[in-house]
Amino acid sequence: MRHNPRIPSGAVETMWDRCRFEMKLVNPANKRKYSVIVVGSGLAGGAGAATMGELGYNVKCFCYQDSARRAHSIAAQGGINAAKNYQNDGDSVWRLFYDTVKGGDFRAREANVYRLAQLSLNIIDQCVAQGVPFAREYGGMLANRSFGGAQVSRTFYARGQTGQQLLLGAYQALMRQVDAGRVKMFPRAEMLDLIVIDGKARGIVTRDMVSGRIESHLADAVVLGTGGYGNVFYLSTNAKGCNATAIWRAYKRGADFANPCFTQIHPTCIPVSGEYQSKLTLMSESLRNDGRIWVPVAKGDKRPASQIPEQERDYFLERRYPSFGNLAPRDVSSRAAKMVCDEGRGVGHTGLGVYLDFADAFQRLGRATMDERYGNLFEMYEQITGEDPHSVPMRIFPASHYTMGGLWVDYRLMSTIPGLFVIGEANFSDHGANRLGASALMQGLADGYFIIPYTLGDYLASNKFEKVSTDHPACKEAEDNVNGITRRLLGVNGRHTVDHFHRELGKIMWEYCGMARNAAGLQKALARIPELRDEFWRDVRVLGENEELNQSLEKAGRVADFLELGELLCLDALERDESCGGHFREEHQTADGEAIRNDERFCHVTAWEHRGPGVKPVQHREPLEFHYVLPSVRSYK
Amino acid sequence: MRIVLHIWRQKNGRSSGKMVRYELPDINSHMSFLEMLDVLNERLIEKGEDPVAFDHDCREGICGMCGFVINGTAHGPVRGTTVCQLHMRHFQDGEELYLEPWRAKAFPVIKDLMVDRGAFDRIIAAGGYVSVSTGSAPDGNAIPIPKDNAELSMDAAACIACGACVAACPNASAALFTAAKISHLALLPQGEPERHQRSLRMVAQANTEGFGACSNVGECEAVCPKKITLENIARMFRDYIGASWTRRPAGASRG
Repeated sequence: MRHNPRIPSGAVETMWDRCRFEMKLVNPANKRKYSVIVVGSGLAGGAGAATMGELGYNVKCFCYQDSARRAHSIAAQGGINAAKNYQNDGDSVWRLFYDTVKGGDFRAREANVYRLAQLSLNIIDQCVAQGVPFAREYGGMLANRSFGGAQVSRTFYARGQTGQQLLLGAYQALMRQVDAGRVKMFPRAEMLDLIVIDGKARGIVTRDMVSGRIESHLADAVVLGTGGYGNVFYLSTNAKGCNATAIWRAYKRGADFANPCFTQIHPTCIPVSGEYQSKLTLMSESLRNDGRIWVPVAKGDKRPASQIPEQERDYFLERRYPSFGNLAPRDVSSRAAKMVCDEGRGVGHTGLGVYLDFADAFQRLGRATMDERYGNLFEMYEQITGEDPHSVPMRIFPASHYTMGGLWVDYRLMSTIPGLFVIGEANFSDHGANRLGASALMQGLADGYFIIPYTLGDYLASNKFEKVSTDHPACKEAEDNVNGITRRLLGVNGRHTVDHFHRELGKIMWEYCGMARNAAGLQKALARIPELRDEFWRDVRVLGENEELNQSLEKAGRVADFLELGELLCLDALERDESCGGHFREEHQTADGEAIRNDERFCHVTAWEHRGPGVKPVQHREPLEFHYVLPSVRSYK
Repeated sequence: MRIVLHIWRQKNGRSSGKMVRYELPDINSHMSFLEMLDVLNERLIEKGEDPVAFDHDCREGICGMCGFVINGTAHGPVRGTTVCQLHMRHFQDGEELYLEPWRAKAFPVIKDLMVDRGAFDRIIAAGGYVSVSTGSAPDGNAIPIPKDNAELSMDAAACIACGACVAACPNASAALFTAAKISHLALLPQGEPERHQRSLRMVAQANTEGFGACSNVGECEAVCPKKITLENIARMFRDYIGASWTRRPAGASRG
């Protein structure tokens, strides 16, 4: 069976224990005889590479940045969830499990989510031991804050820089292994193809981004922790370099792509200010703990916020979702903001924005406490907009932020190519159709520190590996493929820059496949994207050559892949004829605009199999079963 | 607004470079500095000229990838701000700006405004961590940490390793960078067991890489986008001197 999820038998709370017991082990003395390639050095890749180095494997770790410490996990602001129940407010592994399955709108595997909730406890302990300076109470105990989609306070944080501190913890663990000689780092190296030999993933082809050298690297297994594909929208909260090339080229080698249409639009980002805009900046969800979101009651009310009296303001999240209020989940909050802007009540010069107002919190808590909690976010907002959120409310608008979809993996995080494992945001596994705040860091670290080291060992112990060298015809074929793409890109010499095409793609994706989607729009996008792709290959201008540092060439390869991925995303969105989580099909909504799921037809994971260029990919389905958290209408009212 | 740029252009590490003048007549004051360079690059490509290479990634001031010198100041004129977070509204119409890469022996130029900061990774690899393997951690609340210590530690841990401190220092010293990591870990109980060893090894590695010594000039603190303070350097030297006096050589008997 192509998509056997390999979920262990028995009760959900014993599954991971049983799986760990049943998995084969590699004798400590034999671990050094195995080699592993890890692509990506973020929370998942960095933590995985470090831990596998600690265990004694020979690890090669690759990243496109100049240092492993720059992976985009570093930009996560708000926090990381763990079911510690330190606040004694009724939290438990079960509750985190329940919240995450419900938050994902019943489109994630229960078994995976339960394991994630269990491992959340170990993650916090591990990070504290590494010296992550989490926020503390005066008594010296760990502090918590609340995040969207939960009614308990279970989010651990380090000011507004939680991702940075967790990543530095993983990076330092990784550098310790570099020091010990068990991990070799390859910075400024980009994976451009996967090498498959006798049906197993055995290596990658990389381009050295300084010299341009194309090189094959071989190992016994390959792990991708290369992040999500949010930059398919051009404007997103991702780093400029974030790309889908590693997972997309693995897809073309036989790793099926699951649920590409599950993308997350984050409700609180700084609005677009002009055509030159290169990226969008997130304002952490944690701000919704103390900020209140509102727009004027009247359409087209252009008065400054301070002149709009209380009774003429519509605190629309508090009004629509009284029990969760400003902490409604991301998909729900984003759509609510879109709705009021569509009604003509948006703020700012574009009309695409809503207020996030801290006036009440300043009065209640005082400026010092507020700055301690959110100081760096206030500063960042002021740097970008030139407005001080201490005196005027922030303006925010939704933006592409995270992708729940990704390469299909089984319970052991292995893709449809044996020996190719996928961890963190790059896989599809744990968040279903919508990810709750402070859960991405949790998943990245759970996959990297606590899952892949076990499941990869089982794979290595259960398989025999022929000795292969880089003279193997599969290496030659993959290198030729890479060189062919490069030659084509450099050979076009058309009129438009790579960014021109990326921006165009982004506009199509945002317009027809963004916060709200419908069949007619998706069909338009599916017609327009192949045209744009043809224009790209006919008219793109990439200067210079391969044998040098060439940033246009790097971007061109990534955008070429986004131009293909965008089409699959729209196709998946069209096929999934229901609304669930971040995937909102306008055809399926209640009278007051809430999503209507269709469990009879769509309670499954869609996995797409590549069948060659120009051929429609084959759709497979992995049915989802719910035994513990029974699907219900997700209500935050 | 009109901006005149003089940018250091250097093809690669083996060739020599020079300043080249560019003029942008129509810059929007809401653009970020890097968005202005994006506009320049788009135009250069359209003219068939090699675009300016500069490092950048997150563009929200946290990854530490970006950074160059603007009119002699690392990351430009606004304090506590990386160049990606610097906006054009801080400049005057018609202003002339001189952009150069970080200049330091330990940071060789790769191309144009990009340098190789691999030396920073090697300093961290020389002990800038707590030796705790995955799986061996006690409960997160097992060791209480006074809030003030956690905050001070966080102040130091905020370093983004951009390299501005080195570029601003007349000695091209990496003291502020090295001290930030040593301080971050020394202020926490988890960092205590390796505290002495760490300071000796990391300082030695910085010297090996070719960074200069610290002579308390303080330029580093002035340009640091994360406002890391000189106090950390004092803490580093206190640890280093203490370690030099009291450390037992590896393998010495405990008798």
